[in-house]
Amino acid sequence: MSTQEVADIHVNRDDIRSRMGMWLFLFSELLLFGGLFFMYSVYRFTHQQDFSIASKEMNIFLGTLNTVILLTSSLSMALSIVAMQKGKRGLSIFYQIVTILFGLSFMVNKVIEWSHEFNAGNFPGSEVLLSRPPGQILYFGLYYSMVGLHGLHVLVGMSIIGFMTVFTIRKKITKDNYVKLEAAGLYWHLVDIIWIFLYPLFYLIT
Amino acid sequence: MEKEVEIMSGETLAASNYGNEVSYLDYQGKHKGILGWLLSTDHKKIGILYLMTIISFFAVGVTLGFLIRLELLAPEGTIVGPQAYNEFFTLHGIIMIFLVVIPVIPAVFGNYFLPIMIGAKDVAFPRLNLLSWYLYIIGGTLLLLAVVLPGGAPDTGWTFYVPYSVRTGTNMIFTLSALFIVGFSSILTGINFLSTIHRMRAPGMGWFKMPLFSWALYATSWIQVIVTPIVGITLLMVIIERVFHVGVFDPTLGGDPILFEHMFWMYSHPAVYIIIVPSMGVISEIIPVFSQRTIFGYKFIACSSIGIALFGSLVWAHHMFSTGISDTAEFIFSLLTFLVAIPSAIKVFNWTATLYKGSIKIEPPLLYALAFIFLFSIGGLTGIIQGALSVDIYLTKTYFIVGHIHYVVFGGTGFGLFAALHYWLPKMFGRMYNKKVAKVAFWIVFIGFNVLYFPFFILGWMGMPRRSYHYLPQFQVYHVVATVGSWIMVIGIIIMLLNLLFSLIKGKRIVEDNIWGGETLEWKISTPPTFENFEEIPQIVDGPYEYKQNQDAVLEEEVK
Repeated sequence: MSTQEVADIHVNRDDIRSRMGMWLFLFSELLLFGGLFFMYSVYRFTHQQDFSIASKEMNIFLGTLNTVILLTSSLSMALSIVAMQKGKRGLSIFYQIVTILFGLSFMVNKVIEWSHEFNAGNFPGSEVLLSRPPGQILYFGLYYSMVGLHGLHVLVGMSIIGFMTVFTIRKKITKDNYVKLEAAGLYWHLVDIIWIFLYPLFYLIT
Repeated sequence: MEKEVEIMSGETLAASNYGNEVSYLDYQGKHKGILGWLLSTDHKKIGILYLMTIISFFAVGVTLGFLIRLELLAPEGTIVGPQAYNEFFTLHGIIMIFLVVIPVIPAVFGNYFLPIMIGAKDVAFPRLNLLSWYLYIIGGTLLLLAVVLPGGAPDTGWTFYVPYSVRTGTNMIFTLSALFIVGFSSILTGINFLSTIHRMRAPGMGWFKMPLFSWALYATSWIQVIVTPIVGITLLMVIIERVFHVGVFDPTLGGDPILFEHMFWMYSHPAVYIIIVPSMGVISEIIPVFSQRTIFGYKFIACSSIGIALFGSLVWAHHMFSTGISDTAEFIFSLLTFLVAIPSAIKVFNWTATLYKGSIKIEPPLLYALAFIFLFSIGGLTGIIQGALSVDIYLTKTYFIVGHIHYVVFGGTGFGLFAALHYWLPKMFGRMYNKKVAKVAFWIVFIGFNVLYFPFFILGWMGMPRRSYHYLPQFQVYHVVATVGSWIMVIGIIIMLLNLLFSLIKGKRIVEDNIWGGETLEWKISTPPTFENFEEIPQIVDGPYEYKQNQDAVLEEEVK
């Protein structure tokens, strides 16, 4: 991805080291979600029928729209890094802001989707949900916690990119030193990848 | 401005006194006084911050353990009621495991000595390192809040089994968030160490020229990064279940409590290795130094750390043999449990083989290291007993397991910590403790330890259930012996810690760099180390334990 390899080990800066730290962090983030995916697979196995019934209630249109939005935002994030590599600071800032806006529209869609569910009384702890069979309670429990935790990551990712934009404006991220922006990009792609798994698990498989 | 000039001149003055640079203890950075400690990103100062906070938590944990033993002096209640008793053993477990033995050796001695041992000036991400300490403090504070706030301290036992942890009225949310945050701190430390070991070894230091302590930390850091998120998400789900009534583990909401146990032990069994492997690394450092002999089977010890990390992550369900998991699963997990004993045994045999024909100097660090081998062997072998399916069904949830965990965790990591304190503290502060007092304290702790915990095995064999407030009168004699043992051990620990503390204030100053005759890099820099550790990054040629004794044959030939 990058040709920039500053690696004087005993001077403060070592981009490979920074990137390695970020990858390890992403690895532990993946395992955090891995725990949830594990729970999902166990309960999907033990409550197949209920999961199938519950997943048919999902709004596939909004889910697909959000997938498209998030995938495109990964593109704009990658473009902002390429722009920075080529020294086009203004363009990089533009793409960063575009990425944040994509993230924002993802969240707006999420709010619309959840408020529909909540209006239907289909929220955790509600009587409507608790009167359903155990497998469906589990399905919605996992849906709200996994998608909710992912949404939290989207918000964190957006604010990280926001900080990067400030750093870029203040010229702390430059053509020769953009490892921070790269790390933010990696985080954003992680958020994207997790969604790529959440989307089929909750919306497509029935 | 004037002040700055003063600092500058002070620095240059001190610098001329000490040679090239001042000791890190006298070093003046951007901030002075207490802020110079709280905002310092120096790995040595962060190690000492950890040392102070963890020893404080250790004192709290010991006090709780002492009170638990006092309570069990008689079959009926003595000093506290049943609810307080439940809170005591829960807090004792949580504090000792999550706040003391899991972080202690990596966070204190890993932070302090890992960069020095591999010839680096700091860890890979110094600011992240300081953040880890603050996260640890935030976690610790949240736990204290859980104790003092209305609602009461957690009473679930340190395992937080669902459904009780979802339903109890005590401050579970504070407790679980505390552990989530401490876990985050643990992950960040792991990431930091992995990047440090991969990228910052001195030129010439290949993987198999690293000191064994770094190998141990390397294996531990991988476990920390891989399994801590699992318990993080599990505890988080219990919080979510409590707050939002989301159905995950609670059977009334459709959940499966056994799944909680699986996910809890997926972390908490490997956590045993987070606890013990760094301590094994300390022992691997101490044994060759005090027998003045190259460590026997360097590569085997190094690789067995990795082996333990691998196998240790695959045996979690042996905590659950009595929960009704399938026979096939029980068989596989039992087999894997037996296999994980192999790498641990490799280490024990290599340590004893290193001692063989060495020129042994009986100093306090070696005494603690030998006690480690002895106690850890008992702990390990009793673990194997419980790994056998038929025996475990009989012994599970009795005092036998309590004896086993204390022999492994206290006899292992506790004694490893004491060994490390006696081995490295003089280097860290440039002052020597009273060795005679240290040896006396060792024998008191060692005897007290065995008097306290050995009766647990007998009690367990007789069927005394763990965590119970009342017990049958025929168990009393063993409980009395154990309680007397706890008094002996606490006296020993107090003498030991006071001796160390006193040495920091009044101890004899040390000028030589190499206090014990070690060959690793920390003994080649000044005592206490300078702010930057090394004036010049060393070139590594030899392995870490090249002692003269091994060259005797060559020397003799040369003489002839």
